[in-house]
Amino acid sequence: MKLKQLSLFLENKPGALSRPMRLLAGAGFNILTLSIADTDQFGILRLIVRDWEKARQLLEQEGFVVKVTDMVAVEVADRPGGLVEILDVLEKAGTNVAFMYAFTEKRKGRAVLMFRFDNPDAAIRVLQKKGINVVDSGELLKQLEG
Amino acid sequence: MSKRCEFASLHPVSAPDFLPGDQLHKLQLQRLKVMVQRAYDHVPLFRQRMQDRDLTPPDVRTLEDVTRLPFTVKTDLRDTYPFGLFASPMKDIVRLHASTGTTGKPIVVAYTQEDIQVWSNVMMRSFAACGLHAGDVIQNAYGYGLFTGGLGAHYGGEALGATVIPISGGNTQRQLMVMKDFGATAICCTPSYFLHIIEQAPELGVNLKDLPLRAGIFGAEPWTESMRRRIEADSGIKAYDIYGLSEIIGPGVAMECLCQSGPHIFEDWFYPEIIDPKTGKLLADGEEGELVLTTLGKLAMPMIRYRTRDITALDAGRCDCGRTLRRIKRISRRSDDMFIIRGVNVYPSQIETALLKVEGTMPHYQIILTREKGLDEIEVQVEVTREVFGDTVGALELVQQKLTRSIDTMIGLRAAVRLVQPQSLQRSEGKAKRVIDQRKM
Repeated sequence: MKLKQLSLFLENKPGALSRPMRLLAGAGFNILTLSIADTDQFGILRLIVRDWEKARQLLEQEGFVVKVTDMVAVEVADRPGGLVEILDVLEKAGTNVAFMYAFTEKRKGRAVLMFRFDNPDAAIRVLQKKGINVVDSGELLKQLEG
Repeated sequence: MSKRCEFASLHPVSAPDFLPGDQLHKLQLQRLKVMVQRAYDHVPLFRQRMQDRDLTPPDVRTLEDVTRLPFTVKTDLRDTYPFGLFASPMKDIVRLHASTGTTGKPIVVAYTQEDIQVWSNVMMRSFAACGLHAGDVIQNAYGYGLFTGGLGAHYGGEALGATVIPISGGNTQRQLMVMKDFGATAICCTPSYFLHIIEQAPELGVNLKDLPLRAGIFGAEPWTESMRRRIEADSGIKAYDIYGLSEIIGPGVAMECLCQSGPHIFEDWFYPEIIDPKTGKLLADGEEGELVLTTLGKLAMPMIRYRTRDITALDAGRCDCGRTLRRIKRISRRSDDMFIIRGVNVYPSQIETALLKVEGTMPHYQIILTREKGLDEIEVQVEVTREVFGDTVGALELVQQKLTRSIDTMIGLRAAVRLVQPQSLQRSEGKAKRVIDQRKM
């Protein structure tokens, strides 16, 4: 159910993003989705790649600090209010969303959102109980890579 | 304390470390007289200074007379670059070393064959002092080359009969491979480089605590007790402080014994004094001031009352190991390392201690001083480690806040803490450059 996300520490300065990107591209990693959280001093680059263990090894060898976190992929109806329904469920269950971002590709008229929860397993149970589709990671990766 | 220091581990080469005081002083005086005469005869700058004071070598009658002699300072070496302070002709000099010289000309130091023997002797006794002997495998990760660290430790290790791996500095992956495959039992390098090895070990699949490595001989840059505790806890080895400087001989001027309670000065070859750095007045044992050293056995380049700019105190108290050699208090600062910001005197070691108080941080840091609109700003750049890196902005900001608060508590100033990429801070010869002052005074 859970997807592994790699987070990298980056300084907020020109060229900081291109170095890891070039590294991954050079080694043939396809980035399925990414998001950047930043302050005026530093940023955190979050990435989903299929072969995350190898990608982490490569990045760490090149001196990056990398952290692996469990993410939950959730299917959301691609219409106004689609996300609100999910957030309602989470709010009522008292589940905190640390951060989230979207996959660029849609899936049969539905969007896929990535959530980071403090307790991913509990969040998955809450969502599934309300009939919300938590996407199976293997299946999602297969689809995204065509 | 005394239980930790086992006499059984004493090595025969350490015998001079235990000379009774009166014998030691007799030996020192005899050697001092030879040094002063030699410098007077062969070094014009020294002779001139003696003449200015109406002194001649026979005026040195007792050890106390050393205080009448003129000081030598680092700029003397620069001003007489390259060979102006040599007391031997080049045909007797078998080795030259030089500082890397980040500003201007480097300083050059010279050794005769006898000088190399003295150096090997003190380095051998240094290794013996921390319990090494024939059969030990010493991974020498000090830089080989113009820098004195590499060859100094090399000759000492061989003289002891230990196996020396002359790996030199850098290439951490290879260091770890060699450490593991060759079964190194001791390592020599800068403490900051060893911290880097500690950090890299898990990524390269090495558990330092599983290796036969048991001792680290760390020097060439000031470090703190908190850093020692961190190194020992994270690697399972004992970390020993070695002290030295090229102007005097290189590493091996002083070295800690198994008691780890401050480096013992090899007083039979180096005569120490502590002075008030402002007035030049001699201070008593136990008082903190600048360390001044006189070489007692350096033919190629005798150094009379060389001002090291290192701030310490001499401890004449008896060490549990039984050595009669006085100890120096850990040198965590140099008189010229101190910087003044907004009227506050700050030493880099204080920043280091503050950073180490925050869990998970490693002291890879640099202090940048700037002046904006007449106001001094201090920025402390700290390399992010895996331990402190969380995947949320909040987690990182919390680390920043903790570091800022810890520095504030230590020096009473609010520094801007900036987290930077690992390995991004400048290092030279494995030595960390701690302060960059960009203020235009």
